Amino acid sequence: MDWHLIIAAAIKIVVFVFFVTLPLVAMSVWAERRVSAAIQDRVGPNRVGPFGLLQAVADGIKFLLKEDFTPAHVRKFYFWLAPALTMVPALLTCAVLPFGSRLFGEKMVIADLDVGPLYVFAIASLTVYGIVLAGWASNSKYPFLGGVRSTSQMISYEICMGLSIVPLVMIYGDLNLGRIVHEQAQNGWALLPLWGEGLSPKGFLLALPIFVSFVIFTTSMFAETNRLPFDLPECETELVAGYHTEYSSMKFALFFLGEYAAMIIGSGLCVTLFLGGWSLPFGWLAPATIDAEVPFWHGLIHLGAFFAKVIVFILFFIVVRWTLPRFRYDQLMRLGWVFFFEIALANVVLTAILLWVLK
Amino acid sequence: MTFLFCLFAALALIGGIGVVVCRNPVSAAFSMILSFLGLASLFIQLDAFLVGTLQVLVYAGAIMVLFLFIIMLLDVQEEEKRRFPLISFAGAGAVVTAFLVLVILVLNRGGTAGRSLPVVAPSESGQSDVHRIGELLFGTYWFPVQIVGVLLLAATVGVVVLSKKELK
Repeated sequence: MDWHLIIAAAIKIVVFVFFVTLPLVAMSVWAERRVSAAIQDRVGPNRVGPFGLLQAVADGIKFLLKEDFTPAHVRKFYFWLAPALTMVPALLTCAVLPFGSRLFGEKMVIADLDVGPLYVFAIASLTVYGIVLAGWASNSKYPFLGGVRSTSQMISYEICMGLSIVPLVMIYGDLNLGRIVHEQAQNGWALLPLWGEGLSPKGFLLALPIFVSFVIFTTSMFAETNRLPFDLPECETELVAGYHTEYSSMKFALFFLGEYAAMIIGSGLCVTLFLGGWSLPFGWLAPATIDAEVPFWHGLIHLGAFFAKVIVFILFFIVVRWTLPRFRYDQLMRLGWVFFFEIALANVVLTAILLWVLK
Repeated sequence: MTFLFCLFAALALIGGIGVVVCRNPVSAAFSMILSFLGLASLFIQLDAFLVGTLQVLVYAGAIMVLFLFIIMLLDVQEEEKRRFPLISFAGAGAVVTAFLVLVILVLNRGGTAGRSLPVVAPSESGQSDVHRIGELLFGTYWFPVQIVGVLLLAATVGVVVLSKKELK
């Protein structure tokens, strides 16, 4: 283990987690409030800084200065542990996302693992502990019901989510996110095979199962991050505020931030898998091979392209939240187990047949 | 590297002890998750990324969630009050001691003692462990894999039938 590798990894962790993802979380909270205001014909927060952009800072200070109240009837240790357990896995999943091609000859990914999507699923499946524990440790009815709901919801949709990317993995024959993105940069994004080898009957035929995957994956992501239309674990109309009813100040904020962090990482994974990650359309500025040197300004443009796509995806999340009504719980479970699960399985078979016929 | 090994081995051991010692079932379940995470880290240190990740995904992420789900619905206070008779401690101690003696005997049996363990050769083609495991499972051992798949499917169907019996 060379020292320069450790130092490079440490710099990447600090920059990507604390200077990129966390500010993006703060900005998406601001965007959520502004967009929801626009949708509902209100103004939204516009007083702190230009366009209210510094609202996140004001919110943060408020959360830190508020009284941190711990109810007497809770199980203290787990009550304190739960918020951290929601936030930490969300940030850990950053590790395998390729944020860009290369800068200063370094790959713009913290850990270039060969099991990228599996790692994300493994760590994301730990997020459920935070919510379950919050519900259980609060030791009161509504949070508990929220915790129970969330467990069953997240387990159900994890299966759909995992199955939905199997066709993609079959087509690329690789689990390394960096190589998947490189392949898409050369031969067309998974969803839009409009250049390179993708521009052929085979490419278009294979785009069909990928589109089905994309729909299932995106919908499951809404359920995994507990966002409307699937926010039944918190569901104000039935459960007060669900699992975080008993929480106040920064501990509540951690749940809130964890949800947004999970949303950003989910968007990042979706962009990486289906929309070409950091690559530009039509193979512009694409490096010739995966190990090729990338000029500095190309690397910057690639980083910019990734974040532009992620931001568009986050806006999509926000617009959906303020457009659709909430599902009923049995409808949610039905959708997951009766429709998506079967469609995802059929999709795997369809992809296998297509790959075999088009071989 | 040795430092990391000690750290994660300690994590796995502390988790394991916690499972036995904790009276609160939720604490016990969490100790088990801790132990699984330590074990997964050890696998990853051995460059077995797939095994390590699956350890987290399947055991920590899926099976233990279901365990916790059930435990949460129990009456924890009653469970905490329960005391075990002394004889069960004695029995557990005897089993652990016997196992320890067995391990020491096996390790000291001539042949393996003092010899370094075989080094796993990195693959010639530079392929990842995922590819190699995949090729083994779906190439060399495709038939047993299919059989196991059918067995698991039968078990799943059996569980559904058993749990739906009263609704008929």
